[in-house]
Order: sequence, then C-alpha cells, then structure tokens
Amino acid sequence: MSERKNPNKLQEKREFKTRSGIPVKDLYTPSDLKEWEYAEKLSSSGEYPFTRGINPASERINWRISQYFGFGTGKSTNEFLKYVLAQGAQHLVIAFDLPTQCGYDSDNPASHGEVGKIGVAIDSLQDVESIFEGIPLEGRSLSPGGSNGIGPIVLAWMLALCEKQGVSPEKVRFSFQNDPLKEFISRGAYVFPPKQAVKFAVDVVEYCHRKGFDLTSPIMFCGYHMREGGASITQAMAFTLANAVAYLDELQNRGIKVDEFKGGLEIFLTGGEDFFEEIAARRAFRRMWAKVMKERYNCQNPKRLKAFLQEYTMGSRMTAQQPLNNVIRCTIAAMAAILGGANGLIVSSYDEALGLPSPEALRVALRTQQIIAEESGIANTSDPLGGSYYVESLTDEIERRATELFERVEEMGGALAAIENHFYQNEITRTAYHDLMDIESGRRTVIGVNKYEVEEEKTVKPMKKVTFVEERRQAQSLKKLRRERDNDQVQRSLMRVKEAATEKVNLIEPILEAVKSHATLGEICNVLSELWGRYEQGGI
Amino acid sequence: MTGKEHIRILMGKPGLDGHDRGVKVLTLALRNEGFEVIYTGLRQSPEAIVRSAIEEDVEIIGISCLTGNHNYLCSQVLKQLREKGVRDILFILGGIIPEDDIPYLKKIGVDAIFGPGSHVADIVKFIRENARN
Repeated sequence: MSERKNPNKLQEKREFKTRSGIPVKDLYTPSDLKEWEYAEKLSSSGEYPFTRGINPASERINWRISQYFGFGTGKSTNEFLKYVLAQGAQHLVIAFDLPTQCGYDSDNPASHGEVGKIGVAIDSLQDVESIFEGIPLEGRSLSPGGSNGIGPIVLAWMLALCEKQGVSPEKVRFSFQNDPLKEFISRGAYVFPPKQAVKFAVDVVEYCHRKGFDLTSPIMFCGYHMREGGASITQAMAFTLANAVAYLDELQNRGIKVDEFKGGLEIFLTGGEDFFEEIAARRAFRRMWAKVMKERYNCQNPKRLKAFLQEYTMGSRMTAQQPLNNVIRCTIAAMAAILGGANGLIVSSYDEALGLPSPEALRVALRTQQIIAEESGIANTSDPLGGSYYVESLTDEIERRATELFERVEEMGGALAAIENHFYQNEITRTAYHDLMDIESGRRTVIGVNKYEVEEEKTVKPMKKVTFVEERRQAQSLKKLRRERDNDQVQRSLMRVKEAATEKVNLIEPILEAVKSHATLGEICNVLSELWGRYEQGGI
Repeated sequence: MTGKEHIRILMGKPGLDGHDRGVKVLTLALRNEGFEVIYTGLRQSPEAIVRSAIEEDVEIIGISCLTGNHNYLCSQVLKQLREKGVRDILFILGGIIPEDDIPYLKKIGVDAIFGPGSHVADIVKFIRENARN
C-alpha cells in the first residue's frame, strides 16, 4: 500500500491555507513580527485598539451564556422559556417564525404552513403577552430574535409589554437584532426595500437614544447570517462593518453623534472550526472597529470604540452524517470564540442539520459553554494567545484583507450600493460555491462527509410536524381579536402611522399606539408598504 | 431540445424560507456541469414556479425547502403542474427532509429527494439518467 493511502497519516505535506485562503507557514518566528509594536498593535485588554478584548483584564471571564429557541404559539414558547431559565441560561434569545419576521399575519395565505414553525408566531400584542406570562422583565437580558425587517414594531411590543408589567424599559437589557441590510444579502427575511429599511431600523436606534435606554442595544450588526450564507470570515467582517457604517451615518444625519449615542451597539459574529483564524479574526475585528469609530466618527467615548461581540457557533458546519461529531466541532468553535474574546456566546445544537434541536441537544450546547467556562481554565487570563507569532501575524493579515474589502465597499458607495449592484451577494455565493466544490472534490476534509464515512441509518428526525393546529389556533385568535378590539381606534392609529411615514418622522410613537390598540403586525406593515412597497428579490 | 447537454432546469424557493445558500451553490454547480439552470429567487409562489417552468420549457423543477413546509409546498407545485396538464417535468426536492415524510412525497409525485449531506455528483447522475431527451 502506498503511503498516500495510509489512512492513519493525518494529512499529506502540502500547502496549508486558512479557511479564508491565507497561506500558513510551517513555523512562525520573531521575523514574522518585524516592526510590530506592542503598544500600537495590542495594548492592554480594555485599551485601544482593543485587540486583546474590550474589558479590563480584571473583568476577563464574563461572557453572556445564551440560548436561542422559540416555537409554536406564545404559550408553548412561554413553557420552554421557563424550562431554559431553570437550566441556568442568562440571556434569552427568542426565535420568531417566518411570517412574523417577514411582516405577515398568521392568516395571510403567504404564511400557510410556516406558522409557529421555526419560531414563535406573533400577530399582535396579545401573543407577546402570552410569551412572557409570569416572566418579569425587570433586570432581564433578552433578545427578541428576528426583529430585522420589523424592528420598530418589535420595540413597540416590548415597550407595551413593559407598560403592562409596570416596569420601566430602562431597567431591561434588550438586544434588538434590527439589522435589515443583511437580510438582502443572506437569509432573506426582508420586508421593505433597502433604503426604507435602513431608516426604519434607525428609528429604533434614535428612539432608544432619545429615551435614554442605556442598557439596551437597539441594533446588532450581523456578520453571522452572511457567513452562514457562505461568506468567508474576511468578507463577513468587511461587510458587517460597511453595513454598520450605513446605519451609523443615518444616525448622524439625524443629529446624533455616534460618540454621544447612549445605548449599546453589538456585533453578531459566527465561527467554525478553523481555530486560529477564528481567534485572530475577532482580535482583528475589534481593531478595525475601533479605528473606524475613531477615524470616521471621531469617537472618544471608550464604549463606542469597543466592539461588543455576540457569537453563535456556525450551524451550517453541523453535518447530518455522524451528528455526534458536531459536539466536537461546536466545542472547537466555542473555544475559538472565547479565546478570541467573545462577549456573548450561543453554541449550536449537534442535531441542527437534522431538524429543530432536541431538548437534549440544547442542554449539551449549554453544557459545552459551562464546561469551557468552569472546567477548562482557558478563560482564566485575558487573551492568552496574545503575542504568539502565528496569531499576531494572522491577526494582522486578516485585518489587512478585511480592511481592503471594506474600503472597496466604501468606494462603490457603501452598503446600499453593494446590495443594489449585487456585489455582496455575488462575492458570498462565489465563496460558498468554492467551499462546496472543495468538499465535493475532497480538497477539504469534513470528517464523516468525505472521509471516515460509515454506513449509518439516516437519522433526519421528524421535525415538529406541520399539523396546522397552531396555525388554526393563531387564525382563530386573530379572528376573535379583530372582532373584539375597538376597530375605529385601530384604524385611527394605523392612519397616524401612515401620516408619520409620509412626514418622514420617527415611527416608534405612532407604532406603539397602533400596537396598543391591538393593530396586527400585518396591518402595520401593510400601511407602510402602501408607501414604500415590499422588497422583491430577483433570481440568478 | 436535443441531447442531454441541453437539459434545462428551474430551481425555485417557494414559501418564506430564506435559506438560499444550497439552492444558489447547486445552481452554479449544475451550470458548471453543462446544464442550463434558472434560479428564480426567494418567496416564489407554487403558481409562479410552475408558470416559469412552462415558459422556460424546462425538463426539471428543483425545489429547496429548509423550514419543514415541504409537504405542503410540494403538493401545491404538483397540483399546479397537474392543473396545467404538465406530465413530463421531473420534480426534485432538496433541503432538510425527514425520513418519515419521504413515502408521502414519493406518493404525491416527487421524483427524487436530496436531503442533508447529499453530493452534487449524485444529483447530476440522477438528472442525466432521468431527464427526458
């Protein structure tokens, strides 16, 4: 047998590259860090340019351990919410079903078969109230999941819920995703066209600022979905930053200096198993962020210079073959995120390629983080890999490549232009295609998929069946709601939303009134789409 | 249409599902294999997919669904095909499709199902062997 075929030999000697294509040398030495200055490139943890982390070294191990879930009706999500809280989750991320994310009511024909499927169905304030039945909001940290195309409506639901619970919204730590731009690039949960979508999203940011909701992050700049859609780490970093600039420019246009903005700004990233590249990328991203905030927006406020990284390990790296192997993949990705200085983390469920996560898989995902946090010791000191010849040269190279791409987007007119001319979409699809071809041809190994395969029973498990029970239940309660609410008041409040949109003023107050009058999500989106239209994507 | 090199395929995403990485890379991969592939973009109704398939005179319709709504969406596409009297279009489904649903899908007329972990080569082989000439 030739050596080439020896299955025990790990990898043949060849040129190694990181997942995004950066060549990797056999050994890194001081000569790789010539003219490399500690103070300029790293500085201490918690100090500009924040390569080593945003927190002072004394506060090092303090990431937010989170879980993502939600399905069915408000009631079923409420039960699950209570279960997850009892398991020790500190931050709750609630998934909305697709009709909700896309701005359709549950009884809209477009929603058929999707109601309550990949998240909880929300049509009106009633559903929101039932999700949080018996769960006080005060002091809680929570992300109402898919609030992208419909950010202002989700904020209004939360404000109305606070009012009902008699708690001041200032005392809740909300994280709204509220990043519609990435929906045009990947994932596709868009509602309105890009230009209007940016303004709609910034209404949330502006409102939270003017109301002084310091604890709340009204927008999260998302690289996650672009990467899951196929982007490389450098593409995801560059495009996330360019999208952030589009929103922040709009905020400045409304007379709010980024430096004076009161709330939180979060960045949502994801990573896989390319361990050192993932670690280096996070360090590079914080440096890029700090530079853009300082140079473009003249920020002095340390809060604005610090990139708060919420992470979620990559679901698309979960394989359907030998699914338990995914526990290892998640562990590697989670360790990379933590060593890269993540501030919040969600770990994927090992059965994600097979359907919605089982409770067991959700628990393993949570335990993965808890073992890293409480047993491994990897988080006992800040940025333990800082100063490594390899990690530092990789950090510099990733920063150089991502910065170049970011500048290219800026030169073509920024995020909106890059969406309109399909630059983002084409770049990402090309990367995804090469990725697939690398796996198909065996150039890249995926254990269990193109190497070390075993005969196994196909285990794609029954997903939560579409029984239409929840859809019927939602439709019935909508019918009842439309019958029992004060429909004159609903119409008046919807008119006010439309007037405000025509006047191009901030829409949160009128939408809050509409939400409180029990106008539905679909009704609010419809009055706005009469003015703005709904976005339609073309093919390729 | 003559010869297998001119097989025309319409790829569609019905429903609200936005997970389009698979359908887009497969579109490129099949084009690379010499097929003519049209991808219609997100949120296409079953009616629109069938209309495009007839207009474009395709041999194959490929549907991608990752949200679990495949039974309903496939039945709607097949219903539209029947109503339009189309009998010679091969119908392929990709996505996260539970084993339990496969007998039903085959029964209503889905010709092939490619779930998670499927290889492009297998999809190509199926198309070459089964598309009409």
